[in-house]
Amino acid sequence: MNINDYECVIGLEVHVELKTETKIFCGCSTAFGAEPNTQCCPVCTGMPGTLPVLNKKVIEYAVKAGIATDCTIAKLSKEDRKNYFYPDLPKAYQISQFDLPLCAKGHIDIETPDGAKRIGITRIHIEEDAGKLIHDDKKGTLIDCNRCGVPLIEIVSEPDMRSASEALAYLKKLKSIMECAGVSDCRMNEGSLRCDVNLSVRKKGETALGTRTEMKNLNSFKFIQKAIEYEFRRQSEEVDKGGKIVQETRRYDQATGKTESMRSKENADDYRYFPDPDLPLIKLGDDEVKRIAGDIPELPNARKLRFMKVFGLAAYDAEMLISETSVAAFYEKAAVKTQYPKLLVNLIIGEILKLLPQDATEPDYKASPEQLAKIAEMLGNGEINSGTAKKVLHEVWENGAEPETYVSENNLAQINSEEILGRIVDEAVRADPKSVSDYKKGKTAAFKALMGKIMAKTSGRGNPEILTKLLEERLGRE
Amino acid sequence: MKKNYTDDITGIPAMSVAELSAALAKKEISAAEAAEAYLKRIHCADPDIGAYITVTEEAAMKTAAEIDKARMNGEKLPPLAGIPCGIKDNICTKGIKTTCASRTLENFIPPYNAHVCTKLGDERVTVLGKLNMDEYAMGSSTETSYFRKTKNPWNTERVPGGSSGGSAAAVAAGEAAFALGSDTGGSVRQPASFCGVVGIKPTYGRVSRYGLIAFASSLDQIGVLTRSVYDNALVLSSIAGYDKNDATSENVPDEDFTDGIDSGIKGLKIGVPDEFFGDGVADEVKTAVLNAAKKLESLGTELVRLSMPTLKYALPAYYVISGAEASSNLARFDGVRYGRRTDNYENITKLYSRSRSEGFGTEVKRRIMMGTFALSSGYYDAYYKKALSVRTLIINEYSSAFGKCDAILSPVAPTAAYKTGEKTDSPLEMYMGDIFTVPVNIAGIPAISVPCGKTAEGLPVGMQLAGRRFEEKILYRIGYAFEKGASL
Repeated sequence: MNINDYECVIGLEVHVELKTETKIFCGCSTAFGAEPNTQCCPVCTGMPGTLPVLNKKVIEYAVKAGIATDCTIAKLSKEDRKNYFYPDLPKAYQISQFDLPLCAKGHIDIETPDGAKRIGITRIHIEEDAGKLIHDDKKGTLIDCNRCGVPLIEIVSEPDMRSASEALAYLKKLKSIMECAGVSDCRMNEGSLRCDVNLSVRKKGETALGTRTEMKNLNSFKFIQKAIEYEFRRQSEEVDKGGKIVQETRRYDQATGKTESMRSKENADDYRYFPDPDLPLIKLGDDEVKRIAGDIPELPNARKLRFMKVFGLAAYDAEMLISETSVAAFYEKAAVKTQYPKLLVNLIIGEILKLLPQDATEPDYKASPEQLAKIAEMLGNGEINSGTAKKVLHEVWENGAEPETYVSENNLAQINSEEILGRIVDEAVRADPKSVSDYKKGKTAAFKALMGKIMAKTSGRGNPEILTKLLEERLGRE
Repeated sequence: MKKNYTDDITGIPAMSVAELSAALAKKEISAAEAAEAYLKRIHCADPDIGAYITVTEEAAMKTAAEIDKARMNGEKLPPLAGIPCGIKDNICTKGIKTTCASRTLENFIPPYNAHVCTKLGDERVTVLGKLNMDEYAMGSSTETSYFRKTKNPWNTERVPGGSSGGSAAAVAAGEAAFALGSDTGGSVRQPASFCGVVGIKPTYGRVSRYGLIAFASSLDQIGVLTRSVYDNALVLSSIAGYDKNDATSENVPDEDFTDGIDSGIKGLKIGVPDEFFGDGVADEVKTAVLNAAKKLESLGTELVRLSMPTLKYALPAYYVISGAEASSNLARFDGVRYGRRTDNYENITKLYSRSRSEGFGTEVKRRIMMGTFALSSGYYDAYYKKALSVRTLIINEYSSAFGKCDAILSPVAPTAAYKTGEKTDSPLEMYMGDIFTVPVNIAGIPAISVPCGKTAEGLPVGMQLAGRRFEEKILYRIGYAFEKGASL
């Protein structure tokens, strides 16, 4: 089987916890991390006779999420009961939205190696969260109702993604949009951002969709990537040998990296949706929607365009910077302190994004925007070369060094003198006739080998542009 | 042996709420005396009648003592202070067992009050206890209660009606000065009719449902049962009103329903629908209600003949809508967090199925199954969605009728109280008894049941007056004038 014959079709269902102060239908706190069953009341524990009352802020936040993703906001929507039995669901129904969601037909734009791509959003609807089940070997299954009634939005994408990297780009962009809009803190490790992946395969060129599976238990970007890669391969192999894909929910096993069938969808749950008679219709006027829109701070796309305009960045680079809210903020602080904002980009994208832990809650920046700006200045002024700039950054990040001090104390200033560099080039050429003859024969690797030796001779301080020029000239005279 | 517990009421239990309130205010009677008199009556009559599931003797005497002390200190107290009352057992009373007459909640003590109980608490009433009912309010005879059957105080071989049978019987037998009930398809009005007392189902949204253990959310309303129309208006005034914790509660201004209750009814138009006086109605009932109509005419109203053909669809629509909503509302009784859990289970599925099978009675199971079916995939459109369309037709039918009259007169039930056990084997026949009361709930309008006659055997017959939304005052005026003008 050749996996390149197959195409992966991916849609994501993302649940985002709205960071309202109180729950969706009662006044309990939504704060994370409290002792079990200390943030609940008769309403969110579904005690007899209690009734839900909608928290208006939930609508406001959900509409913000819809506006921020270019959705149409419904003038009229309703809440429906989704009925099923499970110990983490106190009322034995979840109040959600079935056929009249609050927002629909939006999109998120991502950057791919092939350029910009638009991922459609089918709908966004509001619903309440269920509680948490904790499995204890001695006591059995324990139920924590703190999370019952925390407000969620469910964002359903069109099946427009074709690879794990596109899925991750979408998810990161979505996270950044929701953070910027101020509706959620989007922490995957705290569960305020959850992602289920729907995946099917088809032969490249086909237009019909294959049977899809739904994958759950993906609580980090890393696992999402691995799960997609595994499932794409699994389904492709199955289809290739003439088998059939079963429509089912599969659980990603973090230890083995495989997905396993959770339950067959043959006896699909019938949720018996019907409009919740305890709640009125949700009506939104144009004025109300306009007011909410006016309340939204600068969103990632606007920020990207601003970075491109003000700092002269390329689209791809700007996209990388705005993909994480803290990174964008960091960049902006540093960029105004240097004449070389474009050089900062490489330092951030090339180094800092790798130094930051991928799923960190609050990224811990071990270098300040001022320090980064200083490094960019020195690089731009020719005081150090790019290799040195990387080294200095790592020293600052890992050992708390100060850029200028570190450069001068360790004699890392760039050598720009053509006289000095010329002598080193000359020595290296004379010492390595084999590389010279290889180069003459057309082997470009020989040039790199010579350059490597030369750089080493300069202790990494040689100006790369000048060295390249000098080496080319020197070799030209052979 | 059939007994009558309505003709031997003497002393304090024979007084109306209005009279008792005046006497208490003048310190002619103490709250403790009032409470004692009612508790004595309960001890005497209730072993036979069975209106009460729980009697809260100690708490009642404590409340009474506090009221007497306050009055001694010269405090001005609300009009209902010290009035002994009973509360239907599907209304949550903080710290007091609330069972819905079901095994599933046999020992459930809510840590919160229903909104109406908080309001009655502010009024400082004396709560005597919790009243018997059909399990989860599903029934018309109080025969499906897990604990016991309640007997009709007029004739203890007969049913008191249901589901608020305990409430109606207690008031009729002098075991409570007033009682709260709930009405989803007639559960306050029909037992009021069977027990010869006054019962009102207010406009949907008039009284908060917070703390009323839900049967059918779009139909339920808490109602009031009393011996007189004035008492009824007095009590409704104290429990009605907007509640921000009930999203279906209407934000309309508070009303004193006794205001203008005696202003007479000259010029009011009373509609009489052909369909409600046909073959299905027992002759004695027809006679009593038509005589009442004549009486109302003699008091200055104009009778208007109506035809309301779509009302006959209200009954099937009701059983679909109420069953569907009930199947969802009762799903929370799963034995996990509160209520009765089965002793015998190996896994969560068995915990659910056994707790519920052991906990629910047959009628409740029947309704849950019907409701689940009506909502299920493939049937939703044909049943539930269709029933909602019928609902709109009924609402429009009433709208049109109220263009021609101010209140609509009909019997409350096709018969007077039947014998215990007579209809328990025929659920459909039992359901047919709701035929006049159910359309009112479907339309969300208010309706009152007022005693208007007796059968030859001496069993009470009530008449129903239904009105426009939020026009309870008109119904009270008509009831009051009738009561004053009629001599039964």
